[in-house]
Amino acid sequence: MNSVVRYINDIYKGVISLWAGMRVTGKYFISPGEIVTEQYPENRATLKMEERFKGEVIMPHDENNQHKCTGCGICEVNCPNGSIEIITKKVPNEEGKMVRAIDKHIYHLSMCTFCELCIKTCPFNAITWGQDFEHAVFDRTRLTKVLNKPGSSLKKKEVKS
Amino acid sequence: MSEETIKKIILKEDEDYIINMGPQHPSTHGVLRLEVCLNGERVKYMIPHIGYIHRGMEKMAEFNTYKQVIHLTDRMDYLSAHINNEAVCLAVENALEVEVPERVKYIRAILDELSRIASHNLWWSAFGMDLGALTTFFYGMRDREKVLAIFEESFGSRLLHSFNTPGGLMHDVHPNFRKHTMEFVKYFRKKLPDYKNLLTDNVIFHNRTKGIGVMDKETAINYGVTGPSGRGSGFSCDIRKVAPYGIYEKVVFREILYREGDSFARYKVRMDEMEESLNILEQLVSDMPEEGGFTAKMKPVIKLPEGEYFQRVEAARGEFAVFIVSKGEKYPYRIKFRSPNFSNLFVLSKLAVGGIIADLVATCGSLDLVIPDIDR
Ligand code: SF4
Ligand code: SF4
Repeated sequence: MNSVVRYINDIYKGVISLWAGMRVTGKYFISPGEIVTEQYPENRATLKMEERFKGEVIMPHDENNQHKCTGCGICEVNCPNGSIEIITKKVPNEEGKMVRAIDKHIYHLSMCTFCELCIKTCPFNAITWGQDFEHAVFDRTRLTKVLNKPGSSLKKKEVKS
Repeated sequence: MSEETIKKIILKEDEDYIINMGPQHPSTHGVLRLEVCLNGERVKYMIPHIGYIHRGMEKMAEFNTYKQVIHLTDRMDYLSAHINNEAVCLAVENALEVEVPERVKYIRAILDELSRIASHNLWWSAFGMDLGALTTFFYGMRDREKVLAIFEESFGSRLLHSFNTPGGLMHDVHPNFRKHTMEFVKYFRKKLPDYKNLLTDNVIFHNRTKGIGVMDKETAINYGVTGPSGRGSGFSCDIRKVAPYGIYEKVVFREILYREGDSFARYKVRMDEMEESLNILEQLVSDMPEEGGFTAKMKPVIKLPEGEYFQRVEAARGEFAVFIVSKGEKYPYRIKFRSPNFSNLFVLSKLAVGGIIADLVATCGSLDLVIPDIDR
């Protein structure tokens, strides 16, 4: 007798819990406003990342192809896994003296852990985050980038009057 | 493990049927190999094999400055990355006797609780999926996305945000941070009944978890099982209560304890903790000061005075502790991480014995293991 009661009880409880679960599913089935899926490759044109999004390290250049990097090498020292290599050269300044300038700012995206230490410690704010996130490539060497553009030069400091 | 079992393991009997669960098994949530010896469907013994993604974090940390060590801790328990960061930061700050601004403590605690909710939420989704309820995965992911959106807005990354730094935070939170956190708390409160209807009250789920993988309090303490898994056995081990750090002394909250010790109790602890985290968030967000900066003044190169420093925090899966030995240089002489999952894993070989193999999946899931945290 007891087992029969338990059996019927089990069936009753099972149906109730099934109904409760199905009601949740049904609720979302009939309310399409709740759909949150992003149609990613199709919405590329309108997709905008957050302004602080860490896509990759970039070096902004102005319209005269000038950047702010002096080649001091502080970012290279601070990077925990050697993603940055600084190659400097000597160039003459206005007075004809040879001074150090950046030749190549090499950035290995494949080794970067996005820890932000290089950007935080750069004393000249020469590098920042870029928003590009589509980094898939067929060849790993393409992830090694030179951040300063060819022919670019150091921006003159504005003299405050 | 009893002496007899150990003897059996060493002298493998001919009729022992040994199979490997993993390293590529969906229910181990990573590369973990469980060597299971079966007798029919019953487990005779189980040995976990770890180290498939060992990266030598502790050795690596010896060649990193204290600021650089932070980004390593992210990659241990990636679901409570922020909490792991905090442990190292607190240890360094205590060693240097730096007082961080009140606002930083609030923001850190808010992020801790958000991480905890995101982590428990992902676990809820994956646990349902382990037991064959695929639906839960989509609901859990949907709500976790809201937390990740808050993270992304403020730190630019969703999972591994090395946002803490000794002395404070990397940069200030986004101006909308407070508003969006409040919105999330309201939103998530409304969604929790769905979780209850979908899984908590489900009869099949009860049959799969009640009385499965029972761990008593002694076992929990002996094996050092902490976090929700330990609290499901009545072991009071919430570091936020036992040894409060940051702002937690001022927050009113309840430590969730269940005494049954089975998989369902561990499940209930996590579900209740999510609600409790929402309560904590409400208190913190309304009290958070607007002014006060986001970092204390620190030297550009941090050198800890000679000595030994210890700090523990409550990560989403249990007690995370860091032990630093310094010789007065800018690199730590030695760092030891105590990760919660390492201890939580090894109790599994005790819980699995005598159960059937399907229950092993349920028990393993209910312990909420993150493999990179075990291997480090
Ligand atoms: S973000 Fe971190 S890992 Fe990446 S280049 Fe900068 S310092 Fe190196
Ligand atoms: S990016 Fe900044 S830190 Fe790095 S070399 Fe250039 S100026 Fe120095």
